[in-house]
Amino acid sequence: MNQSSLRTVRKLIMLALGMFGFAFALVPLYDLLCELTGLNGKTAGAYVYDPARESVDETRTVRVIFITNTNADMPWKFWSEKGGVEVHPGELHTVNFFVTNPTDKVMVGQAVPSLAPGLAVDYFHKTECFCFERQVLQPGETMEMPMRFIVGSELPGHVASLNLSYSLFDVTDFVDLSTEDAANNPS
Amino acid sequence: MNKHCTGIRRLRTAAGVMSMLASGLVAADELNMRVGVTDISRQVYDLHMLILWICVVIGAVVFGAMFWSIIHHRRSAGYQAAHFHENTRLEIAWTIVPTLILIAMCIPATRVLVAMYDTGGEDMTVEVRGYQWKWQYKYLDEDFDRTFSFFSTLTTPIEERHNLSAKGEHYLLEVDEPLRIPVNKKVRFLVTSEDVIHAWWVPDFGIKRDAVPGMLNELWAIVPEPGVYRGQCTELCGKDHGFMPVVVEVMPQADFDAWYASKLVAEQERQQLESMVFTHEELMTQGEAVYTKFCASCHQPNGQGVPPVFPSLVGSKVATGPRDDHIRLVLNGVTGTSMQAFSGQLSKAELAAVVHFERHSWGNNTDDLTQPVDVANAAASN
Amino acid sequence: MSEVVEAHAGHDDHEHHGPAKGLARWLFTTNHKDIGTLYLWFSFTMFLIGGVMALIVRAELFEPGMQFVVPEFFNQMTTNHGLIMVFGAVMPAFVGLANWLVPMMIGAPDMALPRLNNLSFWILPFAFSIMISTLFMEGGGPNFGWTFYAPLSTTYAPDSVTYFIFAVHLMGASSIMGSINIIATILNMRAPGMTLMKMPLFVWTWLITAYLLIAVMPVLAGAVTMMLFDIHFGTSFFNAAGGGDPVMFQHIFWFFGHPEVYIMILPAFGIVSQIIPTFARKPLFGYDSMVYAVASIAFLSFIVWAHHMFTVGMPLAGQLFFMYATMLIAIPTGVKVFNWISTMWRGSMSFETPMLFAIAFVVLFTIGGFSGLMLAITPADYQYHDTYFVVAHFHYVLVPGAIFSIIAATYYWIPKWCGRMYDERLGKLHFWLSFIGVNVTFFPQHFSGLAGMPRRIPDYALQFADFNMLSSIGAFIFGFSQVFFLYIVIKTIRSGKPATDRVWEGAHGLEWTIPSPAPYHTFTHPPRITDAEAHS
Repeated sequence: MNQSSLRTVRKLIMLALGMFGFAFALVPLYDLLCELTGLNGKTAGAYVYDPARESVDETRTVRVIFITNTNADMPWKFWSEKGGVEVHPGELHTVNFFVTNPTDKVMVGQAVPSLAPGLAVDYFHKTECFCFERQVLQPGETMEMPMRFIVGSELPGHVASLNLSYSLFDVTDFVDLSTEDAANNPS
Repeated sequence: MNKHCTGIRRLRTAAGVMSMLASGLVAADELNMRVGVTDISRQVYDLHMLILWICVVIGAVVFGAMFWSIIHHRRSAGYQAAHFHENTRLEIAWTIVPTLILIAMCIPATRVLVAMYDTGGEDMTVEVRGYQWKWQYKYLDEDFDRTFSFFSTLTTPIEERHNLSAKGEHYLLEVDEPLRIPVNKKVRFLVTSEDVIHAWWVPDFGIKRDAVPGMLNELWAIVPEPGVYRGQCTELCGKDHGFMPVVVEVMPQADFDAWYASKLVAEQERQQLESMVFTHEELMTQGEAVYTKFCASCHQPNGQGVPPVFPSLVGSKVATGPRDDHIRLVLNGVTGTSMQAFSGQLSKAELAAVVHFERHSWGNNTDDLTQPVDVANAAASN
Repeated sequence: MSEVVEAHAGHDDHEHHGPAKGLARWLFTTNHKDIGTLYLWFSFTMFLIGGVMALIVRAELFEPGMQFVVPEFFNQMTTNHGLIMVFGAVMPAFVGLANWLVPMMIGAPDMALPRLNNLSFWILPFAFSIMISTLFMEGGGPNFGWTFYAPLSTTYAPDSVTYFIFAVHLMGASSIMGSINIIATILNMRAPGMTLMKMPLFVWTWLITAYLLIAVMPVLAGAVTMMLFDIHFGTSFFNAAGGGDPVMFQHIFWFFGHPEVYIMILPAFGIVSQIIPTFARKPLFGYDSMVYAVASIAFLSFIVWAHHMFTVGMPLAGQLFFMYATMLIAIPTGVKVFNWISTMWRGSMSFETPMLFAIAFVVLFTIGGFSGLMLAITPADYQYHDTYFVVAHFHYVLVPGAIFSIIAATYYWIPKWCGRMYDERLGKLHFWLSFIGVNVTFFPQHFSGLAGMPRRIPDYALQFADFNMLSSIGAFIFGFSQVFFLYIVIKTIRSGKPATDRVWEGAHGLEWTIPSPAPYHTFTHPPRITDAEAHS
């Protein structure tokens, strides 16, 4: 086999390896695209609330409806104190959510939010949310978890209602319970 | 009769046959996509027909030319081959013309898609949740006292599916409780899944969306005609993917309101049941119904399951052992297996009944009763 | 298959060592002709195995109700039918044709990396033994569709999924190595005077296909590696619980998957572009445009993947982009169809079996292309997606598309490979049985899809019964006709009439300048390229 063939082969092997790496690069790329486009309703992380900068828009109300669900393998009870709220954009609101671990083992849960419609993702800001971290519950324990949010006043006018859904998953196996920090690890 | 007249006649006959075929094709509901009952479904149907006709015409011209060539340019007929093998102007022409046709198609296609994405201004919202292998419908409202949910499961009897009895008209498309929505209201569907990816499709509404775990997908419909509309799950989701139909009943507003009120009452009654006490016979009857709907697809009607994936309940340690352990297993599921936590799916009364049923069937004969309050206690005491 | 014949007079080499004898010959061969033969027989075997699985599916779907298999097994049949046909039948057949033909067509003595060539082949029987053995493991084999979406293929998969992932890695490695070999051969070993724009179109289509393979098979490897990690090492690429996303799996998979389907059709375009000019006795019309069209199709194939995902919940802008990009692919494809027909136009055509299959390809592949165009229209796709309309579309482009081209190639070149002619009457009979079978099987599926029948279901509502019965009858006709094809091939090899060197009156290309059967070693010295022997 001659030199030029060897050069070709070397280049092609690099291409193949590069594409394999590209596949893994698609993971953060995909997250980036989701953030940019609101695909899949992934809401952003914690929002810093500065009352001086927020102006409340009294001229309109937006309905926010909450949906709580537990994954099939997750035996916890999970509910919100209200089915929904009517808010003014720019106002800070608090809604309490509750979880109960009815089993006889220590368990760790993770709530995953999803917002509909997807385009509202950029305008829904949470300053405090149990979904930011995993929740450790002792056997039989019930926890109250406040969620604080603001619907941004830049929310397009034609959007009059939002649906915020939380799915609760059992992540006990993914977490090292011996570390006290388990509850404080960011998701 | 001179050649010209014969030719014209032939052409007329051909045109007549073609138009009969064409109208037959268009009219034959069995062959074509249905028009559906919503404005969106009709727009989709019209778009489908437009593209189909464009393809048919292009196909007729292109294949026509080809078959003409096959007939006339054959060696056996003595035809001599020409030698040309390129023509740049022709290449440009048959690149540009298809491009223009495609651009023309894009315009109505874009219009219909934009119309479908207009999800605002809804009158009510329903969460559609896919499970292996059934749908759950949750009516959402800010006021908790006005929400409720139920499961929608296939009811076609196993005898029909195993060819032991004649199949009904709605074979594989019938459920115990359909989704009910009011006529002429904009209903928003939030589609998601409990486990794997499913898809929710109602052909008559022209809407389909994947049900993805951890994600809410939006769909909407305004249905102007009352009736019962049937669809199916359209994403492979496991063994019973073909057996989780979608049935939507569209009702006049007054009927819907009455039904909604009755569901709220039933929901309250359901919650009161929790404190009641039942006889063995009542528990067995209710238990069998729950078992058939929620458990039999895996553990089988005869309780023998499909070991090792779906364990047998006949003489099993769980079904004949301590009652509270049995209750807790059904409540909490078994992580890492297909055994789901049924605390979210069954009321205390239903759970008590099915546990009782399992402990007294197929030769199992424990001497305990299971009441709704036992379920509540077992859940609390863990 | 090829005899030990000394290369033609004109030089004084004494290359007397012909092929080894017995099993050792086939295990250790580095000869591109032997390896081509291995790939072709392997792919024919896998085609029949995948075909049996299809017949099990169609037998169950003959009537409503469950008659023969349980739903869990049915899902394994549909899944493995797809995996075997894609990775075990179509792709290896094209690689086998590349191995046999590319060196001869460019005047090279063999492939650039002959030992790697041997390894590339022998990985495949190993990989497929693993994959097929999963059907007999506890919990059964893969049952999540050939597209294996997460989390059905991760959290909810049978235990054998790990073996499935391993088998996919092996097949991918084989394809990547084979493609490196093909590109190195084509770029570096063409006979002097054979510029790129003088190569036969089959060589061009394989050059481009090989680049596609190197670009996307590693992405598939990445996807299944992520699956492996989710299943065994607690990661959450596709697990919503851990912050992962099942939809991301679909994006990564189809980034591979869409170029993959073009990988399965571009060599078919090349084959048909060799056959039609021969039997029309006229050069291929628009050679340059044909090359540019294939390159355009390959480039466009990278930016259309999400048209497989229109119902997943993408934002409007994404849907529109993918709709427009997908419709664009119709243009270069149409250009190719027009060029084939222009090749036929005012030719002097005869209709031997290869030509019959090639003409059927042009018509039926185009029909598949039309249904593809309909599927590209996003709002309409909501009614077609995951129904039998899609099944009809891809079977039209794959069966009377890719498979017919492979069959046509076999009839066309087998006289060169083994020095014997096939029986023309039997060949034509095989053609008509296949043509009728394929249309009776798949045309009704357009209608069952439009009527609302979903994919991948073992039982169906009554309004779909007639179409399914018709489709099942067609499937058995088609299946039987491929067993008949096996008989024809064996009969040809054993007792066909001796073939001439040129074989076909209108044939052009270097492979027709050497004896039939082709000597074990050909073009050990590069030939002189005259225009007559350049591309057809």
